[in-house]
Amino acid sequence: MLASYIPILIFIVIALSLPIVGLAVGWLVRPSKPNATKLMPYECGVDPESDSRDRFSVRFYIIAILFVVFDVETIFLFPWAIIYNQLPIFLFIEMVVFLGILIVGYFYVWKKGALEWV
Amino acid sequence: MIENLIIYFLIPFIKIGAIVLILSGAIAYLTLLERKLIAHIQVRLGPMRVGWHGLLQPIADGLKFVLKEDIVPSKADALIFTLAPMISLIPAFVVFSVVPFGPPGMFEGLLRGILSRFLESASVERIVSNPIASGGFVTDINIAVLFVLSVSSVGILGVILGGWASNSKYPLLGALRSSAQMVSYEVAMGFAIISVLLYAGSLSLVEIVQQQQAGGWWYFFIQPVAFFLLLVCGMAETNRLPFDLPEAETELVGGFHTEYSGFRFSLFFLAEYANMITVSALAVTLFWGGWLPPFPNVPWLGFLGIIPPVAWFLIKVFLILYLFIWVRGTLPRFRFDQLMNYGWKVFLPIALGHVILYAAILAI
Repeated sequence: MLASYIPILIFIVIALSLPIVGLAVGWLVRPSKPNATKLMPYECGVDPESDSRDRFSVRFYIIAILFVVFDVETIFLFPWAIIYNQLPIFLFIEMVVFLGILIVGYFYVWKKGALEWV
Repeated sequence: MIENLIIYFLIPFIKIGAIVLILSGAIAYLTLLERKLIAHIQVRLGPMRVGWHGLLQPIADGLKFVLKEDIVPSKADALIFTLAPMISLIPAFVVFSVVPFGPPGMFEGLLRGILSRFLESASVERIVSNPIASGGFVTDINIAVLFVLSVSSVGILGVILGGWASNSKYPLLGALRSSAQMVSYEVAMGFAIISVLLYAGSLSLVEIVQQQQAGGWWYFFIQPVAFFLLLVCGMAETNRLPFDLPEAETELVGGFHTEYSGFRFSLFFLAEYANMITVSALAVTLFWGGWLPPFPNVPWLGFLGIIPPVAWFLIKVFLILYLFIWVRGTLPRFRFDQLMNYGWKVFLPIALGHVILYAAILAI
């Protein structure tokens, strides 16, 4: 079975060669006349005041944490869905318990305001 | 030995070469199709100068991308700045290694005809009977759906790295937005796919299509809501309007690729269109029966079998791409708080409820 992954490796190599060849060809033919103004970070024509890697909103971190929680839950459901037809009743009850815990957490997060953006 | 080389290297190599060429051409002309369609929706003509009705426009664009100066801003991280567009383009292509565009055994006759000139009949039969060699797909792995989900998530990294490596304010904001957005919609997308898996009982995309053939109904007719969820989440994942906040021109200049120019920019551009095709192909495979004609088991619709399976697949992918462009031409962009609200407070509960509902129906 492992042999069926060989074509994927070949595909990755071919896909990798496309942008590399393109960049190499472009490097040979395109002009290159840099100057200080041209290489400045774009800020609507104003000289940049500070470093751009500044602090940003904490909400992005909250979303990232929520994503990890929910995505791990989805991953648990994949094998469950595959064998569902073999043991429907048992697996349904089990899943309701499992998702019930998730849903309680979901409404807790909602009430706490973690899903509010403004 | 020689048989294995042919099965696992030579034939996949030819198939992959063909797919990459066709995909590149499709992406190039998808950009033209989009410009023409949007133009006609807005009662304009669109590109008309290069070739008949602008038919050579993609080639001219491609040439120009290669010939333009490629600027690396002085404060940028040069290595990651170059790697990021590649990281976002390559996964969009690699996903096609598991997407079936034709039934198993599609190339059986062709292969037998060619190989029997060079090999003995015993080894020809061994090659032809292997599904990877004769099937209408590059390879068939038993975790294909997970593979598609994980590989296409790698593409997000390219966007984030590109925005970060630019070391400029607009790209950084664009990258942050796109990571938050893609991450929010991926959860709902996962749930939408799980409700298909409940019925299919397999992660192999080939087998999912075969299940739809055996059942006689495309999963679209059984689970239209899941299809809608997948489509909307796909639009959000590919940064298409109405979800194109990461590159919202009116707020963020160009979003995560503001600092990109020349060929590196074109890689991001290609990646977006390649991702559109990927999402459409995935939606077609999961919900519209891949290479199957509509209602494959209804006898009096048998005449639809005249159109070859690959053509059915391509027609359906084209229809979904058309829908993508149509939506872009019709709907305005969301605000960012609306976008996050829809993702977490509307689509996630719907998707979750959908899974539970269909599991309950199956259990009864």
